[in-house]
Amino acid sequence: MKLSYYPGCSLHGTAKEYDESTRAVCYQLGIELIELEDWNCCGASSAHSTDEFLSNALPERNLKIAANTGLDLLVPCAACYSRMMTAGKENPSLKPTVKIRNLPELLREEDNFNRIREQVKTPLEGLKIACYYGCLLTRPPKLTEVKDYENPQTMDDLVSILDGETVSWPYKTECCGGSLAITHTDIVKRLTRRIIEMAMEAEADCLVTACPMCQANLDTRQDETSRDEGKEYNLPIFYITELIGLAIDGKKSGRWWKRHFVDPMPLLNSKGLI
Amino acid sequence: MKRHLTNHSLDALVARIGKTDVLACYQCKKCSAGCPVSPDMDILPHQVIRMIQFGMKERLLNSKTIWLCASCETCTARCPNDVDLAKIMDVLRQMATNSGEPLGDSRVPFFHSAFLSSIRRRGRIYELGMIAKYKLKNREFKKDIKLGIMMFLKGKLKLLSSKIKGKKEIKDIFSQVKKGVIG
Repeated sequence: MKLSYYPGCSLHGTAKEYDESTRAVCYQLGIELIELEDWNCCGASSAHSTDEFLSNALPERNLKIAANTGLDLLVPCAACYSRMMTAGKENPSLKPTVKIRNLPELLREEDNFNRIREQVKTPLEGLKIACYYGCLLTRPPKLTEVKDYENPQTMDDLVSILDGETVSWPYKTECCGGSLAITHTDIVKRLTRRIIEMAMEAEADCLVTACPMCQANLDTRQDETSRDEGKEYNLPIFYITELIGLAIDGKKSGRWWKRHFVDPMPLLNSKGLI
Repeated sequence: MKRHLTNHSLDALVARIGKTDVLACYQCKKCSAGCPVSPDMDILPHQVIRMIQFGMKERLLNSKTIWLCASCETCTARCPNDVDLAKIMDVLRQMATNSGEPLGDSRVPFFHSAFLSSIRRRGRIYELGMIAKYKLKNREFKKDIKLGIMMFLKGKLKLLSSKIKGKKEIKDIFSQVKKGVIG
């Protein structure tokens, strides 16, 4: 399988380990990724909050480049995925030629799913995982065409074939406030604390996501929240590709953990996974 | 959708740009109940719709609410009448930005402006430059400095910016946006 790959700005910066683990997992599964040539920023929430034309024109440039490759377009960042899907819908002439794919859905496809199952070398036995989907992978359902948008299952299914234990919890699709991370930190701290507390209450050892904004937001504020609340918050936040990568080929994973704020190594060590 | 009082009324304008029927709302308040930031808002999501119906443009465009909305799409996903409130928030933010009037929040509009000017110059986001610009404008130098240093040490922030080859195409796109909207 060959795909065009749109990393977006986050995967080239703050979400480097998402880029690295996505490439590693796709390589293992025989999915060839060809980075979209000279891609530009999708405009994110700033463009759609400011100007209607801009919010479509920026992702459209990428979709036009993708259309020329004749390949489907993989967009691992949930926010970029949402902007690309929206622009594709607004400009139907682009849509039939470019199929836009997000990562959990791609990996959940029958062929890839079976290949992951066959390749598991280090089963994630004993690891209790809260699957966190956030907002834009599933919403709005009219755009994403996700039917179970209040209780999505793609990552839960993936974690299950890695032999990890998924927890049942109600905040799978609650917003972490990612778009306010820099501007209204007080609100964001309240939202991320609620999500982490709920995962802990469900007795999860860690949380897994497929969005660079969610990961950064949930991972980087725990230290500060511990100080504010006088209580320890120490829940590792993984990307789904990091857990798959760990299970199918543990060798490369070491450098991903170093990029995390909440160090996942003590947890993985205690479960005998590294 | 020909239920509007006049073509120029606020509900007609919002409906046209947002492609959603504001008059379909029957005030069930599901949007406000599920909104993660409603505790911080000055106008609740269901009230926003009602105020659009009443044509209370100024009050809406001056509100904090439109800038605190995190675009999480929960309201849109749950509305029983298919009112696309997340999109309406976009339309209101766009109208407020274009109005040239004082805004109900300074941080978020500053952030968008810094973010977009980074794209205009390079085609992609240069995080360090963008955040520095935002902090300069907003006089928030100390906040999150430790976080920034940690990010850098973990290889997550680049010191140097990179530009794309198609800068001219990006410039052309931005030239079609009204002047003064992006700082």
